[in-house]
Amino acid sequence: MDSCSRRLMKELQQLSTEPPTGIICSRDIASDDLKQWRVEVVGAPGTLYEGERFTLQFRFSPQYPFSSPEVMFVGQNIPAHPHVYSNGHICLSILADDWTPALSVQSVCLSIISMLSSAKEKKHPIDDAIYVRTCNKNPNKTRWWFHDDTV
Amino acid sequence: MADDDDYYEQYSNSSSDGEDVDLVSEDDGIAMESEDAAGVSNNVRESQEIESRTMTVKDLTVEMRDTINDVANIVGISPGMCRILLHKFQWQKESLLERYYEATNADAFLRQAQVLPKVAIEKPISNIGDCDVCCDTTQLCGLACNHLACDTCWKSYLETKITDGNTSEIQCIASNCRLLIEDEKVLHYVTDPKIRAVYEKLQINSYVETNRLLKWCPTADCGRAIKVQQSEARPVLCESCRQRFCFGCSYEWHEPVNCRLLKLWMKKCQDDSETSNWINANTKECPKCNATIEKDGGCNHMTCRNQACRTEFCWMCLGAWEPHGNSWYNCNRFDDSNAKNARSAQEQSRAALQRYLHFYNRYMGHQQSLRLEAKLYATVKTKMEQMQQQSMSWIEVQFLRKAVDVLSECRRTLMYTYAFAYYLKKDNQSMIFEDNQKDLEMATEQLSEFLERDLENENLVTLKQKVQDKYRYVDHRRQILLKYCREGQEKEEWEFNA
Repeated sequence: MDSCSRRLMKELQQLSTEPPTGIICSRDIASDDLKQWRVEVVGAPGTLYEGERFTLQFRFSPQYPFSSPEVMFVGQNIPAHPHVYSNGHICLSILADDWTPALSVQSVCLSIISMLSSAKEKKHPIDDAIYVRTCNKNPNKTRWWFHDDTV
Repeated sequence: MADDDDYYEQYSNSSSDGEDVDLVSEDDGIAMESEDAAGVSNNVRESQEIESRTMTVKDLTVEMRDTINDVANIVGISPGMCRILLHKFQWQKESLLERYYEATNADAFLRQAQVLPKVAIEKPISNIGDCDVCCDTTQLCGLACNHLACDTCWKSYLETKITDGNTSEIQCIASNCRLLIEDEKVLHYVTDPKIRAVYEKLQINSYVETNRLLKWCPTADCGRAIKVQQSEARPVLCESCRQRFCFGCSYEWHEPVNCRLLKLWMKKCQDDSETSNWINANTKECPKCNATIEKDGGCNHMTCRNQACRTEFCWMCLGAWEPHGNSWYNCNRFDDSNAKNARSAQEQSRAALQRYLHFYNRYMGHQQSLRLEAKLYATVKTKMEQMQQQSMSWIEVQFLRKAVDVLSECRRTLMYTYAFAYYLKKDNQSMIFEDNQKDLEMATEQLSEFLERDLENENLVTLKQKVQDKYRYVDHRRQILLKYCREGQEKEEWEFNA
């Protein structure tokens, strides 16, 4: 087994045996070849998204974990958040420039939950309309500018 | 080390190509000198040009290593760490050392520069463990911060960062650890000669880009960097490809316009020119919402298509339609005050466009002519060969090439005078400038015409005299114009609209 699959296997095992608060790990979380996952996250108590459930889709290239996974919200419920576009794309530095192989599915999920938690207002980014019309399907093809560290 | 040698050989080959080019141009230099000796007071060399040194990648590597070693000897840390440190200080050795001596705590200073870890976690007792990255149980190692991974993962991590990340300043594998990895460690893991070569290139690139005294030559594939003593927006010459460019903005030398205005001008030209040309000729604007309207037939009773506007107006006078009543096919309401206001607003915007196009067209005209001068070089070359067969020596016929050189320089200067003039506020100064510009333009056109047309009709002795007289005069005009602009700049007398 190559190192990418071995690592994903290990991550899957860890996540399903002891999922941290806010991450729901169902049986069919990963595809058979482990290259695509769907993880459910729950909005943290005391935040704007308390109790809401969202689905995150992860896609892994064979270079994983050296190159970052492709992560986006999918399904009916896309959170309205200043860093989340209505097509599910997420503007988060650790998914692009700041990715390192020491991060994992679990740490990405937790970062996203914490990103949701710090929102003060439920709304999409100001350039949502134009971005959604013009962006690539793969969020990793977007060159993100991280200009707002407060949310 | 053998790998490194291969890398250099590659570059030294290309630099010997460069020397060939140098040889040709040195010949030029000799010709020019002899002309000077014969009484030519001026040559095409820019008077503003700054002393500079053209450096190959090999030169740069040597210089970078020397600087690193100097600092390493003083500060007492590894050369790899020194490179990071110098990078942080934009390769200003003196200011780095000053700050280093000022710092009360050397370690804190190095931590600040990401050379030492902010917090080091405790080193585990056994170096066998689970690698966080690939999940294998194996021997682990790490940097001073003790974030561990196995050898294979370090290697893959560094290789990905070098090839995909395009950077020679790489952070530790752990997220949130900002420690930068020193070259020695990088090269310990990265053994593939191809990737090592990329890494060396990135190091050199980072050296040039962060160093205020260095700029890459903008010519594609030239690969040389120009080093100056003091960073200034003045022309430098790449000795290798003979490209002259502005050290301030890396664009071709653009006197008299300055870098800031040139940038504005280029942007404006890119955004506007063609479209505005057409708009100007074919459209009018709705007097109320300023939507641009093209009339492609029909009567003069216009209804603005803009759903939010729907103004009804007359195409001829741009006044409201209502008072026009039945005389719809012939506007006779020219003096109506509303219509007058609408027209004057429109005339203003038209006038601004007209003004811009005036400068743009002349700018483009000279640019076009400058391109065509390449053809003139070919004509002149044939003529020079002819003359050499007839009795003149090689050196004696160089005056013709020189004439085309001067002509090209004048075209370039004229081109940028229009960008300069576009932003210039109208005052006495600007009128004198325009006179200078006119004189240069006339003289340039005369020289150009002479070279294009009259070469064949003159006998050799008078030809040389005439050509030399003309190009000396033209170049003189050019120097006068530039001197005037420079003096105005020094006294801060120029007023711009931008």
